[in-house]
Amino acid sequence: MATVEEKDLIQTEQQTLVRVENLKKYFPIKGGVLKRTIGHVKAVDGVTFDIKQGETLGIVGESGSGKSTLGRAILRLLEPTDGKILFNDQDITHLRNKKLRPIRRDMQIVFQDPFASLNTKMSVEQLIEEPLIIQTDMNKKERKELVNTLLEKVGLRASDRMKYPHEFSGGQRQRISIARALAINPKFVIADEAVSALDVSIQAQVLNLMDDLQDEFGLTYLFISHDLSVVKHVSDRVGVMYLGRLVEVAPKKPIYENPLHPYTQALLSAIPDTNVDVEREKIKLEGDLPSPSNPPSGCAFRTRCPMAHERCAEVRPELQHKGDGHYVACHLYDEE
Amino acid sequence: MDKETLNTPNINAVKTIEDNSEQNINGKKPQKSKSPFQLALRRFLKNKLAVIGVFTLIVIIAGSLSAPLLTDHSPTKSNLLMVEHPPSDEHLLGTDQSGRDNWSRLLYGSRISLIVGFSAMFFTLIIGIILGSISGYYGGKIDNIIMRFTDLILALPFLVLALTIMAIVDDISVSLFVTIIALVSWPNLTRIIRGSFLSLREQEFVLGAKAIGASDMRIIFRHMIPNIMGLIVVNATLMVAVMIIVESGLSFIGMGIPQPQPTWGNMLTEALSVRILTQHWYAWIPPGLCILITVLAINFIGDGLRDAFDPKSNQR
Repeated sequence: MATVEEKDLIQTEQQTLVRVENLKKYFPIKGGVLKRTIGHVKAVDGVTFDIKQGETLGIVGESGSGKSTLGRAILRLLEPTDGKILFNDQDITHLRNKKLRPIRRDMQIVFQDPFASLNTKMSVEQLIEEPLIIQTDMNKKERKELVNTLLEKVGLRASDRMKYPHEFSGGQRQRISIARALAINPKFVIADEAVSALDVSIQAQVLNLMDDLQDEFGLTYLFISHDLSVVKHVSDRVGVMYLGRLVEVAPKKPIYENPLHPYTQALLSAIPDTNVDVEREKIKLEGDLPSPSNPPSGCAFRTRCPMAHERCAEVRPELQHKGDGHYVACHLYDEE
Repeated sequence: MDKETLNTPNINAVKTIEDNSEQNINGKKPQKSKSPFQLALRRFLKNKLAVIGVFTLIVIIAGSLSAPLLTDHSPTKSNLLMVEHPPSDEHLLGTDQSGRDNWSRLLYGSRISLIVGFSAMFFTLIIGIILGSISGYYGGKIDNIIMRFTDLILALPFLVLALTIMAIVDDISVSLFVTIIALVSWPNLTRIIRGSFLSLREQEFVLGAKAIGASDMRIIFRHMIPNIMGLIVVNATLMVAVMIIVESGLSFIGMGIPQPQPTWGNMLTEALSVRILTQHWYAWIPPGLCILITVLAINFIGDGLRDAFDPKSNQR
């Protein structure tokens, strides 16, 4: 396998598959007798990044940081409030449903809850076959054959075809979701907390499966999770989200070994360690995530940041390049 | 690969255990999978009251279908020489004030009552499904318009409205009658369906269907409606009972299906006279009992269906 430097080099030559520019998703808060909009929950508040062909971008953040909203907005399952989504250099931000359909063929999503993400009234065969019916003109026989191959590929038996979701365990259901997502041979798959609801041992199985499938089909992943070790396991690059904003993006190694943003440092210091002999310095964050309907001025993290200074309250820090693809949004690294 | 290994127990070991257990299950005989619908059916058949209800309803429907075989008398032909005769071999339940055979009227009357009950339910269901799903799925302005309209209909007093319409139209046919009661009874079902659509809309499997590019129609009919089928079936069944009661009630006060066409409701009209109420039990007890039994049977079926589709509600 290539070393990190080589890998970075390859990546710069690779084509950008997905580009997100200043993406915003605000949910209106309705109030009063007339149900007027009295404010907004800024779930995703100006996020910019790109994903290269064949890589895995991990997005981490605590609950409520807007990770899932980001994923859903990229797939246009939620209408973005502002910003731009480019898929294969095509602007899909405002495409109508009809024009979006052929593009949906290339981007799929695997959801968090394996018990809610499959229609329980459909058999496995119907579930996996559905994207084929919508997106291709395969005949019944071809579809059946493909369903069988897909089932075997994700580690289920072809004889499971006629079963219903309630007959499977969480991990098996997640495999069905993956088979369904892969049926139409997408280029880009968003895994929205895809393994968070599973036992650790099953998590590893599903992660390894996703990894194998990536090699086999050249998939590009956006891997959303709150679990830092899972993200470390699967990602090539990692983005850290806080209150709807991306605070740091970098290749995996630098971000885990040399995190720049105080929030990333705090997150990483909170990973439990099996080695008890080494004393590690833990950074404890005070307080809760501020309300996304009324985020702090300037840097959203300043209320909990141990290193906050005056400028943090005044100016919102933008992502700045610190070399080797390491981006950070923090005033500590401003160059005066 | 330079992927770090997770802090997990030996993954391969776990895999083999799982494989073994799967083989064991498969080693016996692959069990036939049951769809959620089949599972519901099995739970339904275990419910004694509901099964009794089904049998009762079948008997009633069979009786109404085979009415010509069970009686030689016309339900509408009056015979003024045979007025208010008590039960006899010729007239099993006697005759009414116009000399019509009560037994024959009871049999033919069941047709009207059942037709009204089922077809009014059917129309209400169609209106309810269409408006409820549009309202709940699209939300926003459309939802607002439809919901204000249902509020409007709900605010109208049903009986007064029905009476007014019946009073304006002098010759009320069965189809008109059905239309009228369907047009005023759809709001409740519409609201129920809209409510469940609102909560289903945010479910991940619906988002997943959107993600594979499914059309709105496909999402509504293939994904959302099957998931509230239980709710729809239960409400539709219970609605048949309500519709039969409504028909009987309106016919009883003379505002329903007019004479000489027999319905259970307008057969009861005879009981308005104290003389018949006290002396001629055979004129009003049978239709009254029929209404009672039919409505009870349908309600048992409805309750059974509810428990079958939603097993959680049955955990007493």
